[in-house]
Amino acid sequence: MGAVSVKAEALMQRLAGLARPSELAAPREAAMARLAGMGLPSKRDEYWQYTDPAALNATVALPAALAVDDDAALFGALDAVRLVFVDGVFDAAASDDLALAGVTISRLANAPDGHWAETAYGALEALGQTPIARPWATLNTAYATDGLLIHVTGKAQKPLSITYLRRDQLTDAILHHVIKLDAGAELTLLEQGPAAARLNHVIEVDLGTSARFHHIRAQGRDMGRRAVTHIFAHLAGEALFKSFTLTADGALTRNEAVITFAGPNAKAHIAGAAMGDGAFHHDDTVFITHAAERCESRQVFKKVLKHGAVGVFQGKILVKKGAQKTDGYQISQALLLDDGSQFLAKPELEIYADDVKCSHGSTSGAIDDTALFYLRSRGVPLRAAQSLLILAFLADTIAEIEDEAIAEDIRAGLETWLARHES
Amino acid sequence: MLEIKNLHVKLEEEDKQILKGVTLSIGAGEVHAIMGPNGSGKSTLSYVLSGRDGYTVTDGSATLDGADLLEMDPELRAAQGLFLAFQYPVEIPGVGNMTFLRTALNAQRKTRGEPEISAGDFLKLVREKAKNLKIDAEMLKRPVNVGFSGGEKKRNEILQMAMLEPKMCILDETDSGLDVDAMKLVSEGVNALRSAGRSFLVITHYQRLLDHIKPDVVHIMAAGRIIKTGGPELALEVENNGYADLLAEVK
Ligand SMILES: Nc1ncnc2c1ncn2[C@@H]1O[C@H](COP(=O)(O)OP(=O)(O)OP(=O)(O)O)[C@@H](O)[C@H]1O
Ligand SMILES: [Mg+2]
Repeated sequence: MGAVSVKAEALMQRLAGLARPSELAAPREAAMARLAGMGLPSKRDEYWQYTDPAALNATVALPAALAVDDDAALFGALDAVRLVFVDGVFDAAASDDLALAGVTISRLANAPDGHWAETAYGALEALGQTPIARPWATLNTAYATDGLLIHVTGKAQKPLSITYLRRDQLTDAILHHVIKLDAGAELTLLEQGPAAARLNHVIEVDLGTSARFHHIRAQGRDMGRRAVTHIFAHLAGEALFKSFTLTADGALTRNEAVITFAGPNAKAHIAGAAMGDGAFHHDDTVFITHAAERCESRQVFKKVLKHGAVGVFQGKILVKKGAQKTDGYQISQALLLDDGSQFLAKPELEIYADDVKCSHGSTSGAIDDTALFYLRSRGVPLRAAQSLLILAFLADTIAEIEDEAIAEDIRAGLETWLARHES
Repeated sequence: MLEIKNLHVKLEEEDKQILKGVTLSIGAGEVHAIMGPNGSGKSTLSYVLSGRDGYTVTDGSATLDGADLLEMDPELRAAQGLFLAFQYPVEIPGVGNMTFLRTALNAQRKTRGEPEISAGDFLKLVREKAKNLKIDAEMLKRPVNVGFSGGEKKRNEILQMAMLEPKMCILDETDSGLDVDAMKLVSEGVNALRSAGRSFLVITHYQRLLDHIKPDVVHIMAAGRIIKTGGPELALEVENNGYADLLAEVK
């Protein structure tokens, strides 16, 4: 079989058990057409050379045991509109009213004909397919069963805080959110929870002129969880996009971010802190396109890996012709807590403008013995000293969170994880 | 207070003997100085006492108030009151100086079974001690030693010592890199801590520091041994004549 037919075959098998929902039929039809041309990725794809998509391609999700030690939810003290999904289905009874000044929210699962999202749903995902195909996102557009359609017209007074609960060991969920921020609008979106044994998650964020979007996500933390997520962000001039993801545990996570600057003077910062112990494979794949002048992009990704955990980073900055005065920065680092763990990084710059400032760096290393001894010589016990240095290593990613209360919650979550994984 | 007997130390990784039978006894409240040529093993002695990896003790002993130091983890030695002001203080990016100080202080208290210091009391304490050493608030906020000048790092070591109130303080070339005024400040800081229950081992190359911090006993170390012990006049002799005569004496 040739490569194309392998991919087509994989797609056919994967679709066999899926039913396509009827809402937003037109964009789903369009996604089907795109998908047919792509097929599903295989390990032979260059874009998947470090991460084996087999478990994602499998007809059914592998079971993932539910976490036994239930940690306190993050962001609990924050004044927010709380929304709850259980096993991939929006739970209205457990959620606050979908009412927030400056924001209209509706459910994908019952979007009526003529809904504003008919033109937005799948639009940024479709744009994000060139130059590199992202079939999982297209499959998501075609088959997503639930999600939120969020239109922000002004400054949202509170964050939206979504919790994805999981009650079933086999939940196989496909969720899709569309977020549209009008010019000058502002929104903070918080996400947390394990969501599903296997999760395919897409967020499309369309930022109008001077819009501001903050996204803080805590992917947690069942060992057996498998997830492929995509964020597609499209920035008009002067817009601000900031996204931070904490990933703790999970057998397989592929987080893709596809960000495009379409207007001048916009800023996009994307950061990720990942911690894995044992059977943990975590892949951050980022593609940033500078198609406008004087935009700033910043990628900060750090991974703490132990007992054979694997971290992957693929980050690309593409500066198109005419995108002068681009400021692109990228750093990816891994802290390897033992010899069995592994970090694979592929930073890429592709630049077609002559007046730009772009830098990238990637390192992996062990805990600094000298610093460890210094701390211990001051009376800090070994484990606490290690934790302090691990948190210090991750500090640059957390520094990307603007809200100090949220950052503090994330730090607390990290400390809980470290305490649980001390040995 | 500190009893070192016939201490022999080699490098863990290679067959290189560095300390070849060091014997030293420091009583409570005493100040001892160690001088000696570069590479004679002064820092090695301070590291071995504080528990750094990479060395193997092949013979001898070291006790602090009777407790076997060499058996303890570094953090326990610290909690028992041992403190080393490093010759080369370590930079720790991402860990704020304040966090570092509070974590260290509370960790030691916890190990000793004492209650943690409250946030308010800690702040008051650190502000007062920092002021004495002319360490400004901005320096306290920065990550530990990151971007500090050589002299600032040394002052930061003394701040840690002042906060932790150890009973056995080892100062490894704390004077190097200090300007004249900073040397006075640091010496005043050390002298303020001198008490009947607290002892000091001051490693230095220069008599100048010993003008400020008056030692009771001066030792000369060479090639991994204490080759001569005397009073403060020994430091003056070194200052004036170097080590040649002393080394010749032993041979
Ligand atoms: N980890 C090591 N690897 C190799 N050699 C070492 C190591 N540690 C110490 N040494 C050697 O041991 C000897 C003693 O070093 P040490 O740092 O204790 O000297 P010192 O008396 O403090 O010198 P200085 O006055 O220059 O600070 C030196 O020859 C040094 O090169
Ligand atoms: Mg030395």
